[in-house]
Amino acid sequence: MGYVAVTGGQEAIDASIELLKEYRSGGDAPVEIAVLRNRMGLLIDRIMSEAGLYAPDYAALALKQCEGSPEEAVFLLRAYRSTLPRNYTSHTVRGDDMHIRRRISSAFKDIPGGQILGPSYDYVHRLLNFDLIREDETQLKRWRSDFAEKAAQSGAVSLDDQAPRVLDLLREEGLLEVVEEDVSEPCDVTMEKLPLPAPRSAILQTLTRADTGFISGLAYSDIRGFGMSHPTIGELRYGSLEIEVDYPLAEGESWYVGDIFVTEVEGLMGTRAGGEGIGVGYGCVIGRNDTKAIAMSVLDHALTLSIDSPTSDMEFVLLHGDCLEMNGFISHLKLPHYVTFQSKLDSLRMRKRSLEQNADK
Amino acid sequence: MQTNNGQDYNFAFLDEGSKREIRRAILHAIAIAGYQVPFGSRELPIGRGWGTGGIQLTMSLIGPHDRLKVIDQGNDDSVNAVSIKRLLQATTGVETTTDTAQADIIQSRHRIPEEPLRADQVLVLQVPTPEPLRSVDAHEEVTRQLHADAEYTGIWVNLFEQLLTRGSPFRGADHPVTVDGRYVMNPSPIPRYDNPKLHEAQCLYLFGAGREKKIYAVPPHTSVVSLAFDDHPFRQEDMSGRKCRLCGAENVYFDEIFDPQTGERFYQCSDTGYCLKRRNAQQDNKEESHG
Repeated sequence: MGYVAVTGGQEAIDASIELLKEYRSGGDAPVEIAVLRNRMGLLIDRIMSEAGLYAPDYAALALKQCEGSPEEAVFLLRAYRSTLPRNYTSHTVRGDDMHIRRRISSAFKDIPGGQILGPSYDYVHRLLNFDLIREDETQLKRWRSDFAEKAAQSGAVSLDDQAPRVLDLLREEGLLEVVEEDVSEPCDVTMEKLPLPAPRSAILQTLTRADTGFISGLAYSDIRGFGMSHPTIGELRYGSLEIEVDYPLAEGESWYVGDIFVTEVEGLMGTRAGGEGIGVGYGCVIGRNDTKAIAMSVLDHALTLSIDSPTSDMEFVLLHGDCLEMNGFISHLKLPHYVTFQSKLDSLRMRKRSLEQNADK
Repeated sequence: MQTNNGQDYNFAFLDEGSKREIRRAILHAIAIAGYQVPFGSRELPIGRGWGTGGIQLTMSLIGPHDRLKVIDQGNDDSVNAVSIKRLLQATTGVETTTDTAQADIIQSRHRIPEEPLRADQVLVLQVPTPEPLRSVDAHEEVTRQLHADAEYTGIWVNLFEQLLTRGSPFRGADHPVTVDGRYVMNPSPIPRYDNPKLHEAQCLYLFGAGREKKIYAVPPHTSVVSLAFDDHPFRQEDMSGRKCRLCGAENVYFDEIFDPQTGERFYQCSDTGYCLKRRNAQQDNKEESHG
């Protein structure tokens, strides 16, 4: 064997990966998985939501591995998810059964079960807190134990952690749009290509896994004027839901496998042209993410309208918001395109030659 | 299977259920040549748009005794080809080769190898845009109906408009073809130079679009005709008068290389495996004649 061609692909990749490790490990302090998980909760929530995988520890690990890039972390979780066999399908969960941590309505002041602001940045003044630069961890610990004590004392007067839906009030009064109940087997877009037109189950699944920024922007365009929605938030709730599967050893019995935290929104979207009753848009996303859940409810409703708006174009909305798909295709532009570009050049040169020949005549 | 990360993954990464499902889609695709079969594309450790359709095809087909070749732009050593090869090797342990003739499965982006493929070989092509009618209508629902009706007026009109506005009815790479007299198909962004290799071939061609979640196929001995007009017959890229600076090959598809110092222009075989094989043969001949 004589000649061996080396063009450097292999070496370049190795060197690049080594350099990444250097970038990931800068500074003196290690990033503990537990720290990410406990103190970057909203980031973890976003990663899990876009990955469609409820795994806070793995989300933290993913973030540690990729310098905290949400795009990369979602990617890591999705790829891991592909390797897992699906042994169970969970039972249907009802938002009514949620153990509520936060619950608001912008439609009514007084709602059965009460409004619970819960942890929210909505009313925080966004001023950089320079004290946190040198936060005293022992002081913080003390504050936490005081807080826990205070919470335990006020436990007796706390509100029930479950509540009926606000929209039930309107439904009983016959003010909501009447929709037929859909009891068909839900479609799973992770197991089959999105059918088009998509059934509602596929629409909701696609939206809940979509990139937060993408669906927030689309929903914004819709309510700003490119669509027709005029939403009022009937109810937004955040809390935990119990997940159960069939107990494999006994027919008809359920097996509790754990809790997941979700944000659920029912948006009141106004009356359809020529229709009666208020249309409802539904949003439900993994974790604490009000904006994404509200955006989802806006798009859920917009997709039921037959109007000439980007947010009512099902393929436009559903096919362009997947974190892996959009980032993958955009980033693939960095790959070599020598062959295709050569082909393009050939056409250009051909064209130029024929124009020159025509000019000579 | 232990990967280089030391983690446990199934042979060829995907779980067996997913692989079986993909093989079913492949059979479907072979049965209806040129028809785009939707499938539940899985997420891989490699980016969507970076060859995940092809990788899933390879993963679902490959066995422990297969020999694999992966090329990108014809190049075995291109960064993405290396990355794909590494993933498949790490999760299967199969042998790889740069020699087209030695490979059982060849996964490729943008090229069909220069050496004709045999009946026992499979060429897996990575597809960015499987829908040839996307320029006719942006909506999948519409284009699917057009295919069902064999309503291809739109794409003919497109090519005609292109002829009027740009002087040529041919797209650069990815110029559409009619398969088995029925379906119009994107051959993936191979140069037009490679289109004729699809026609009445010995091997099986499989096309995988991971992001767009479609699989399609050109089975062996299938008619594949590039779209063209009677008065503008199909034309490949003009590679005449060029010669590989390494192996001296002519009438193959070339990469164009500039020397920044002299401003001189060189040509080199785009198919690096082919070029290497020719050079090795030349070397052997030389050694023989000297020995």
